[in-house]
Amino acid sequence: MAKRYDAIIIGGGHNGLTTAAYLARAGLSVLLLEQRSLLGGATVSEEIYPGFKYSVFSYVVSLLRPEIIRDLQLPKHGLTILPLESTITPLPDGRYIYRGPDSHETFRNISKFSPRDAEAYREYGQAMYQMAKAVKYILGIRPPDPTSFHPRELLALLKLGQHFLGLGEENIYTLVKLMTMSSADFLEEWFETDPLIATLSASGIIGTFLGPRSPGSAYVLLHHYMGEIDGVFRAWGFQKGGTGGVAEALASSARSLGAEVRTDAPVAAVLNRNGRATGVVLQSGEEIEAGLVVSSLDPKLTFLKLVDPEQLPGDLVTAVRNFDTYGSSGKVNLALDGVPDLSCLPGNGPHLRGAISISPSVDYIERAYDDAKYGRFSRRPYIDIILPSMIDPGMAPPGKHVMSCFVQYAPYDLAEGTWDDQREAFGDAVVDTLSEYIPNLKQLILHRQVLSPWDIERTIGMTGGNIFQGELSLSQLLFLRPAPGYAQYRTPIQGYYQCGSATHPGGGISGAPGQLAAFEILKDLRK
Amino acid sequence: MPIPSPLHSRTAALCHTHEWRDWSGYLAAGTYQTSHEVEYFAVRNAAGLLDASPLYKYELRGPDAGRLVNRLLTRDVSKCKIGQMLYSPWCDEDGYVIDDGTLGRLGKDHYRLTAADPSLRWLQDVGYGLDVDLRDVSTELAALALQGPNSRAVLQEIFPNLPLNSLRYYWLLQTEFEGSPLTITRTGYTGDLGYELWLPAELAPKLWDRLMETGSRYGLHPLGLAALDMLRIEAGLILIEVDYTSSLHAHIPAQKSTPYEIGLGWAVTEGKADFIGQRALRAHKQPVKQLVGLKVSWPEMEREFSKVGLPPQVAGRSSRIPVPVYAKGRHVGQATSLVFSPILKTYIALATVDSAYAQPGTTLDVEITVEYVRSQAGAQVIKPPFYNPPQKKGVADG
Repeated sequence: MAKRYDAIIIGGGHNGLTTAAYLARAGLSVLLLEQRSLLGGATVSEEIYPGFKYSVFSYVVSLLRPEIIRDLQLPKHGLTILPLESTITPLPDGRYIYRGPDSHETFRNISKFSPRDAEAYREYGQAMYQMAKAVKYILGIRPPDPTSFHPRELLALLKLGQHFLGLGEENIYTLVKLMTMSSADFLEEWFETDPLIATLSASGIIGTFLGPRSPGSAYVLLHHYMGEIDGVFRAWGFQKGGTGGVAEALASSARSLGAEVRTDAPVAAVLNRNGRATGVVLQSGEEIEAGLVVSSLDPKLTFLKLVDPEQLPGDLVTAVRNFDTYGSSGKVNLALDGVPDLSCLPGNGPHLRGAISISPSVDYIERAYDDAKYGRFSRRPYIDIILPSMIDPGMAPPGKHVMSCFVQYAPYDLAEGTWDDQREAFGDAVVDTLSEYIPNLKQLILHRQVLSPWDIERTIGMTGGNIFQGELSLSQLLFLRPAPGYAQYRTPIQGYYQCGSATHPGGGISGAPGQLAAFEILKDLRK
Repeated sequence: MPIPSPLHSRTAALCHTHEWRDWSGYLAAGTYQTSHEVEYFAVRNAAGLLDASPLYKYELRGPDAGRLVNRLLTRDVSKCKIGQMLYSPWCDEDGYVIDDGTLGRLGKDHYRLTAADPSLRWLQDVGYGLDVDLRDVSTELAALALQGPNSRAVLQEIFPNLPLNSLRYYWLLQTEFEGSPLTITRTGYTGDLGYELWLPAELAPKLWDRLMETGSRYGLHPLGLAALDMLRIEAGLILIEVDYTSSLHAHIPAQKSTPYEIGLGWAVTEGKADFIGQRALRAHKQPVKQLVGLKVSWPEMEREFSKVGLPPQVAGRSSRIPVPVYAKGRHVGQATSLVFSPILKTYIALATVDSAYAQPGTTLDVEITVEYVRSQAGAQVIKPPFYNPPQKKGVADG
C-alpha cells in the first residue's frame, strides 16, 4: 500500500519548500510535489545555452527572512548571497547617476544634478530605514482579521496598533503616505532630479501593472525596501549560482529534515471527503494520501482548479476570480561573448557588478506604461539589468557573461496578435533600447531568451504570469490577501492550506508566506 | 613610516580607497575598493590576490639545516619530505610560543621558513654550532597569495604544464618564471583552496600583472587585509599579537601561551628529537586556558538590541578589540577576534577561555555593547574552523 504522509506540499517554489522544511522540522512526514523536473518555481537557474546559467525568472535576493536562514541552516545547505551594491542609471545624453557603497561618492554623483538632492538622498535613506523597521514586524506575523471579534484577532490587532503607535508621529505619516501615494509623487516630496526620481520610483512599479504616477505604487516601493541582509535593510544580493541556488538550499535543508521531494509530479486535484482534505491525485492518476495538503500555487489554481469550486463558499469563489494576477513584466536573458560597454562609462568596473537601470525619466517610464495600458508592450521599456557573471564568475565560461534584463511593461493581454508571435519583437525592442546605452551589445549576443507573461504562466504555472502571484495593491494585502476571511493560510476545506506568494506578506524570495503558513498549520495540529 | 613593498607600483594603482595599513613596516592595502565584502566574496567564491611580501622569510641551507629547523619547531621536521610544507609554532625554553609560521623543504638540505616577526637572531642562536647557511631573504623574496576556489584555474592557465591538479595541500612545486626560480606552495591564510607564490622581488610585479590579467576572466580581485582578517577568523587561523602574545613580547607571565593553549597542541610532536621547550612542554601539557571558537547567538543579539529599538549592530569588518567572556557571570576568558561571517550568516569569534569551559557545546556569554551600554549575549563553544570547504585540502575535481 502506498505511503500515507502527514502533509503534502504542492509546488516546489521557495514558499512550498520553506513550508515543507518547517513541517518536516516539526516532525511531520512531508512530501513535496513539483510539476517540473527542477525545483524552484520562479526561483530557478537553468543552463538554457551551454555553459551559461540564467537566473531565468527572479534574479536578486533581499527579502529572504533572516530567521528562515537561521532556522533552516541555509548557509550549511549552500545559501551564499554575494553583494550587489550599486545602481547606475545611464542617460541618453551621456551622463549617468551612479550610486554605490561609498556614500560620499554617491553624494558627489547626485550633487552634479542637484546638491539639494544629494543631501536629501541621505535623509531619504534614513526615512526608509525607519519604514523598513516599521514593516519588519508585519512581515513576521499572521495578518490579523479586523472584522473578527475573536479574542485572538483582537489581541493581534491591539499588538499591531501598539506597534504602529510606537513608531512615532512622523513615521506614521510617512507610512500612510507610502500606502496611498504614487511613487513619483512620494519621491517628488524629496527630490527634484528627474532621472533619480525615475530610478527610485521604478521600485514602485516592478512586477505591477501600475505606472510611477499611479496611486498605490509607493507601497510597492516600500515592499522593495523591506529587504534585509545581515541586519542591514534595503540590501540586495545575488545568490551564488543564481536564484535557483536558494531553492536548492531550501530543498537540501528540507530533505535533511526528512522531507521527501518529488519532481515531475504535477498534481491534478486535491482529494477531500466530508469537507476535509485527504490527499492528492497526480495527473498520472496516482493517488497519495495525506493528513493535510498545502498549496503554494496561486489562488486561482488553489481554489478554482485543484478543488471543485462548487465545494467552496460563493463569496470566496468570487473573490478569487476577481483576484488580480495580471502579469505585466517580461524577462530577457542574454549570453554575451564579452564585457558590455556602457557608452556613459566605458570599460569594466564596479558599476557592472551592480544594477543598471534604464529609467532616464519619470515620463519615460510613464510612457512605457501608456503602451501597456492599451495592450502593447513598451516600445521603450523600463529595464532593470544585472550581470550575474560579474558577481559570480561561475555563471558563465571565463571571460563570457550573462545579462539578466527585467523588463516592464509586457502586458499579459496584447491588443494585437499574441505573445507567441510578438515575443521576438518584444525581445528586439529590449535589445534596441539597451543598445542605445550599450553600443557593443548586439555584437556580443550569443544567445537570447525572451520571456513574456505567457511564458511565465506556461513554464511555472503562475496564472497570468504576475511575478508576485498576484498584484501587490492595497486591495490585495494583509487580511485581503488573497481573499477576505481566508488570509490566514487556511481554506474552507479542513486540512487544506495555502502558503504561496499570494498570501501575506506577498511576493519576492522571502519564504515568509511559507514560514507563516507552516506556523499556522502546526498551531492547528496542536490545538 | 611604512615603506613600499615590491608590489607597491601595482597595489597602489588599484588601491582606490588609499586605505593603507602597516604590515611589518610595509604599506599594505586594507581594502582596495570601498567595499571589502567584494574582496571577501572573491576569495570565497572566485579568487583573491594578496601581496604577502611583508612576511619575514628565511632560507636555511647546509648539512645541518634540517637539524636546525627540527630544534626550532615543535613539529617533527624529520618527517618532512622534499617538496612538503608544514605549519608549526616555535617556543622558548619554557615552552611558551614565540611565533608561528610555515616551513617548506625545497631540497635535501634546503628549507624556507616564514615568520610574523623578525627571527634572524633567534634562528642564529638556535643554530649555534651547526653547519647552516642562514639568510634573511625577506626583502629579496616577494610573496603573492592567490586564494579561492578559482585560484587553481587561474594558475593553470598561466602555467599550463605544471601538475597543479596533483599538488596536495601543504606541498610545493618549484618552477621558473621569466628565467628565475618560482616556488608555488599550496598554502594560505584563508582556509580555502589557495596558493602562495614566492619569487625574486624584481619579478613580482610581472607575475602580479599576469595573474590579474588572467584572473579577470575568473572573478579575481586584489585582496586587502580587512577581508583577509575575516577569512582567517572563519578558517580558525590565529594571529600573533591578536589571539596570543609572543613570549618575547609578553610583559607578564600570564600573557604567554603554550602551543596547547592556542589550539596548536596538534603541532607538538612529543617523541621527536630535542627541540626548544620540549622539557617544559612535557610538564605543562594540561593547559589552563584554551583557544576555542564561539558562535554568538543571533536571537540573543536581537533581543538585546531590540531593547533600544535597533536591529543588531555588528561591524561589517572584523574586530580585534578583545571582549570578556563569562560563564554564569564569572569571567572565564576573552574573545580576541570577532566577525559576522557573511557566508555562515553567524557572528563568530576566536576566544581563549579557562580549560574547564573549553568543551565544544558549552554555553558561555560574550560581552556586547548596545548603545554604549555593556550587555551580554549567549555563545556556544565550537572547535574551529568555522568554515572548512572541501576544496581547501581536496585534489582537483578533474
